[in-house]
Amino acid sequence: MSGNVYIYIVIMAVVTYLIRMLPLALIRKEIKNTFIKSFLYYVPFVALSVMIFPAILSSTDSFYSAVIGFAVALIAGYLGKSLFTVSLLSVITVFVFELIIF
Amino acid sequence: MKKSLFFNGIKDGFPIFLGYLAVAFTFGIAASKIGVFASILMSATNLTSAGQFAGLDIIEDSLPYFAMALSQLIINLRYCLMSSSLSQKFDSDMPSIHRYLIAFGVTDEIFGVCSQYKGKLRPSYCYGIIFVSFSGWVGGTLLGAVSGTVLPKSVLSALGIALYGMFIAIIMPSAKKERSIALIIFSSMILSALFSYAPILKTVSSSFRIIILTVLISAIAAVLKPVKESGDKAK
Repeated sequence: MSGNVYIYIVIMAVVTYLIRMLPLALIRKEIKNTFIKSFLYYVPFVALSVMIFPAILSSTDSFYSAVIGFAVALIAGYLGKSLFTVSLLSVITVFVFELIIF
Repeated sequence: MKKSLFFNGIKDGFPIFLGYLAVAFTFGIAASKIGVFASILMSATNLTSAGQFAGLDIIEDSLPYFAMALSQLIINLRYCLMSSSLSQKFDSDMPSIHRYLIAFGVTDEIFGVCSQYKGKLRPSYCYGIIFVSFSGWVGGTLLGAVSGTVLPKSVLSALGIALYGMFIAIIMPSAKKERSIALIIFSSMILSALFSYAPILKTVSSSFRIIILTVLISAIAAVLKPVKESGDKAK
């Protein structure tokens, strides 16, 4: 380790902030183009789905607890429970399952 | 600042607090080699997971500064897509300062929670989410960097699923309401699995996997099922 840690951190922060800020600063008007509008509307669903699966299967210490937690979250989410409830239910499920089985 | 909206944001962002606490805790332990103050500074100014872990390696290996810039650009480029999508959730006459401040908080999770908000996003609501998430991220880093033994392994393991559970809660209601969304979610997960396990495809880094699949699938969906003016965005 020889470089200046703080210079590294500033570079990281600036690059990351610019990536986040530029689209918000540049796209101010409501987009009228149906294709772009639809595209941006679908982005959250696709991005979140891609991030959930298959990563969720390795999110805990055991594959099996992750599968059970995944199933519980799917059911609770389908039943329309709040973000907090679904999240907490999946956490508790994993915790209890690992306590009992492993 | 609308107080009730701010508190709604804190409430909806609470799962992020839990998830970030666990991930940042692990980060704090890994980052203790650059010092407690530097670790916390990095978490407080970057508010991102994969980028910070990669940043640690680069600092440790003393790679050139431009390598740091490039790696952050590549790893965090997905935020560009997310900010673009969010840009349409704000009123076009919202004061610019809010755009510059909220931009700091565009993470996978904060973006996810913001995107499920019905109707136009209000700044106070975003600040609530960002506030509670930031606290979890910086607090977790502090705990991890100062002491490696505060959170037991079983708790860390269980908390590991917290953010995924929240993501699922975000997408399920729309999947239930609209068949097309359910189909999009299902295809995205299948293709994501394909990119994770299939030979050659699995060599694509996870940050590019997210970008490629998001652009591809959203574009196909936009062609096959364009969103009408009076869709649920127009409320």
